Amino acid sequence: MSFLTAIMLIPLLGSLIVAILPKDKTKLIKQAAFATSVLVAAITIGAFVNFDSSNKADQFLQDHSWIPSIGADFSLGVDGIGMALILMAAILVPIVILAGWNESQSGKWGVKTFYILILILETMMVGVFSAEDVFLFYVFFEAMLIPVYFLIGGYGQGNRAAAAMKFLLYSLFGGLLMLAAIIGLYVISGNQTGHSFDINTLSSLTIDQSTQNFLFLGFFIAFAIKAPLWPFHTWLPDAARASTPGTSILLLGVLDKVGTYGMMRFCITLFPEATKTFTPIIIVLSVISILYGAFLAIGQKEINGLIAFTSISHFGFITLGIFSMTSQGMSGATLYMVNHGFSTAALFMVGGWMISRRGSSKIEDFGGLQRVTPIMAWCFFIAGMSALALPGLSSFVSEFLVLVGTFTRYPVAAIFGTVGIILAALYVLIVVQKSLHGPTAPGNEGMSDLNLREKVAIAPVIALLVLLGFFPKPLLDAINPAATHVMVHSGVTDPAPKAGK
Amino acid sequence: MLTAPVLNYSLLAPILVILGGALLGVLVEAFLSRAIRASVQLTISLGSLILAFAQLWRTHSQTSLTAAVNSVTIDGASVFFQGIILVLAFIAVLLIADQDNFAAQASAVPGSEEERAAIQSGKQQTEIFPLTLFAVAGMMLFPMANDLITLFVALEVLSLPLYLMAGLSRRRRLLSQEAALKYFLLGAFSSAFFLFGAAFLYGYSNSLTLSGISAAITGGSGNDIFLLIGISFLSVGLLFKVGAVPFHSWTPDVYQGAPTPITGFMAACTKVAAFGATLRIFYVGLAAAQWQWKPIITAIAILTMAVGAIAAIAQRDVKRALAFSSIAHAGFLLTGVLALNKAGLSASLFYLVAYGFTTLGAFGIVTLVRDSTGEVTDLNRWAGLGKKSPLISAMFVLFLLSFAGIPMTSGFIGKFSLFNAAYESGNINVVIVGVLSSAVAAFFYLRIVVLLYFTEPTSDTVTVVIPSILTRAAITVCAVVTIVLGIYPSLVLNMADTFASFLQ
Repeated sequence: MSFLTAIMLIPLLGSLIVAILPKDKTKLIKQAAFATSVLVAAITIGAFVNFDSSNKADQFLQDHSWIPSIGADFSLGVDGIGMALILMAAILVPIVILAGWNESQSGKWGVKTFYILILILETMMVGVFSAEDVFLFYVFFEAMLIPVYFLIGGYGQGNRAAAAMKFLLYSLFGGLLMLAAIIGLYVISGNQTGHSFDINTLSSLTIDQSTQNFLFLGFFIAFAIKAPLWPFHTWLPDAARASTPGTSILLLGVLDKVGTYGMMRFCITLFPEATKTFTPIIIVLSVISILYGAFLAIGQKEINGLIAFTSISHFGFITLGIFSMTSQGMSGATLYMVNHGFSTAALFMVGGWMISRRGSSKIEDFGGLQRVTPIMAWCFFIAGMSALALPGLSSFVSEFLVLVGTFTRYPVAAIFGTVGIILAALYVLIVVQKSLHGPTAPGNEGMSDLNLREKVAIAPVIALLVLLGFFPKPLLDAINPAATHVMVHSGVTDPAPKAGK
Repeated sequence: MLTAPVLNYSLLAPILVILGGALLGVLVEAFLSRAIRASVQLTISLGSLILAFAQLWRTHSQTSLTAAVNSVTIDGASVFFQGIILVLAFIAVLLIADQDNFAAQASAVPGSEEERAAIQSGKQQTEIFPLTLFAVAGMMLFPMANDLITLFVALEVLSLPLYLMAGLSRRRRLLSQEAALKYFLLGAFSSAFFLFGAAFLYGYSNSLTLSGISAAITGGSGNDIFLLIGISFLSVGLLFKVGAVPFHSWTPDVYQGAPTPITGFMAACTKVAAFGATLRIFYVGLAAAQWQWKPIITAIAILTMAVGAIAAIAQRDVKRALAFSSIAHAGFLLTGVLALNKAGLSASLFYLVAYGFTTLGAFGIVTLVRDSTGEVTDLNRWAGLGKKSPLISAMFVLFLLSFAGIPMTSGFIGKFSLFNAAYESGNINVVIVGVLSSAVAAFFYLRIVVLLYFTEPTSDTVTVVIPSILTRAAITVCAVVTIVLGIYPSLVLNMADTFASFLQ
């Protein structure tokens, strides 16, 4: 059995075990879910160690016939990019379960359903990042929405039903456009090579320019909604505000990466010509996202809303890196996806703890936390610093790579992007100053600091933020060949350095 | 001298069995004592459906143009259509078996003393069973009919029992009778249109058979005006039956007024039969004239998808909402007609299977949600049902997700195959409208999910009755099929591929 099968099957089995456990044994249910996810994380780390970074081809391949009459296969495999993202997802799930140990209790349907949904979601996350078959990818891409929908709608807060609906409708709309494009691609493959959904077969098709443009848009809009890129982002802040911290981490940290991952793996690989046509527009949209997200983050009065808008800004950086079409930009963007996952996770975790302790999500209700709850304050501080890409923390490496990669081809965009960094310092430092420093705000006096469970949950994330800041090599080693492969396939090379005087 | 026509009884056995069962049912209704009548009727109905299916299975690989003197064709597609109709009818009969849905004595005037007496004495008439079987016989004949006269006869045989059945609701009888009358009047109109079109096609081609018409079109010697009039009027009759816009206005009223199990039966089986006939007429008879009718049918398909999806959003009654959803699905199925290729036919076959099971399941659940006065179809009163009966709500959500075409349900594979066939045949605009109206329709299905799960229950007491074993079996089968066909569709896809052929 290959690693990928194990990583996909174990959460599914775990969800079955949770399903048969008695309803009132909530502690046992949580322990079972946690144990399952830890096991998955361990196996995934094993897979990462076994991943051969010198090999450019997709690895851990497996192929089973699924629907032979339409040529869809259950075929899995990962390149360095997919491997890095699966690793991130597998590490985040146990952390999410541990950090939000009690968040399932406030929900509509009890603890059991919550963990079943989380574990099913984990299976689908692995599936979506490892599908070698476009049909299979689409199935995971869409089916994934259902557990998230119920996680937001059933366990969130505030106007959760509406937020869940908005999330689902946006994603479905994008998904349906992609479905039309997939069908188009499938029909073309039928004329040229015989019906196939295999990503490698599809990427070798010759498609005329105008068809390519339409198909590209079908895929791209779906991914841009997912990512989310300005102007397709409006569902995200609502969803982030309404979700539990755990759901937000999975949603922004992992699921939204499907969008940027899809841009690299599908948009660029399948439609190299159309990519060239649309790159200028996408670069502009990315820059707008960076600045727009940052400006709105500055104005946010709520912690969750703030994190959502910083994410929009960060996704702008990721898209910018991808469509800079340079090897540094692409590697940086992939690394950014992983780093953003961990840094957002840290922010949402600490933010969630702050909110649940204070009973309010408004930034103005906090103040002087550094004296009351020093450990929580420090954790928030480090998470914030990683969001503004402080050198020494992981986001710095990726942001730097993205900007350098972009500068060699689109200097103006890179300069505007750099403004985003300055704004990032502003939005992070404002909230840090307001909530951590200054006089202790009323209502904050009796706050308790992190307990052991919470410390154990946040420790690996912070460790990773620091570790990947100083030593990103293992990840970059896995990512670089894959990123180069994407570029080589689409026939782009890095621009030659211009000699200065 | 008149020679008796030669009939191949062996090949016609499935229909003959059903007709025999129906006649037997009439006799039972007349002569058997009241106490055992219902159970005998049920046994006869289920038995003849099984027997007919066995006969169909026995002959499933045979093809023939001359089984009944050139008037019916037995080929892969007709066998498949008959098979689906029999299986779906079987499940529908399981739902119909819950006699609480039907008027105790249909002839009694609503609200009259006679009606009250009939209900109090517990005398339940069971004419619904033979009526169902007669309708099934018509439905089986419709997609295999090869000439215009047989088509018309089959259309009437399937419609007349349905007109009656729509009026048999036990509760809200006036609404039910109004629905029946409306259905009858509009149906009679559409039959007239159909007959008118058939006459013109005969005038054009000097032939009643579909292959004769096709040959005349290819020959090109006929009067094109006659052809156009013939095609348009024939289409009106067919499009009325499938519930396509602008001939759809009866659908919501009839779906709402008819007893719910009958609504499910009509929605699932009538659609299979009507699309079976439509596909045969357009693929076999009129394919050669596709440049004349394709633009119009394309427009109708687009309109049907869009109107069905958009109008569904505004509905407050679950049966009306499902009616509009069925209109939208008729639009999707019309893209299969437009495709005019083998992929289109096999995709339509799969879609009809997927849609039929999902529809029956959904209506089966509607029969269970009641208050003291009977079924509750007001959507607002379904609020919070997810809390009261999680299992039933979860199944209903499953059916809705399948209607919406979410992956891992049968509806997704169906939609994918249909759009694929349409794209392959070059009808890309239809695909795009289809995709967009799927998004709109998804909104409507999700609204119901929100009602079930995320809205607090209202104070009034809507309960889910404990389903009888038959109803439970029917709904469970539908749910299982919906999931299995979503995850492992090859079971039916391969079969649809094998059977997707019309004998010319």
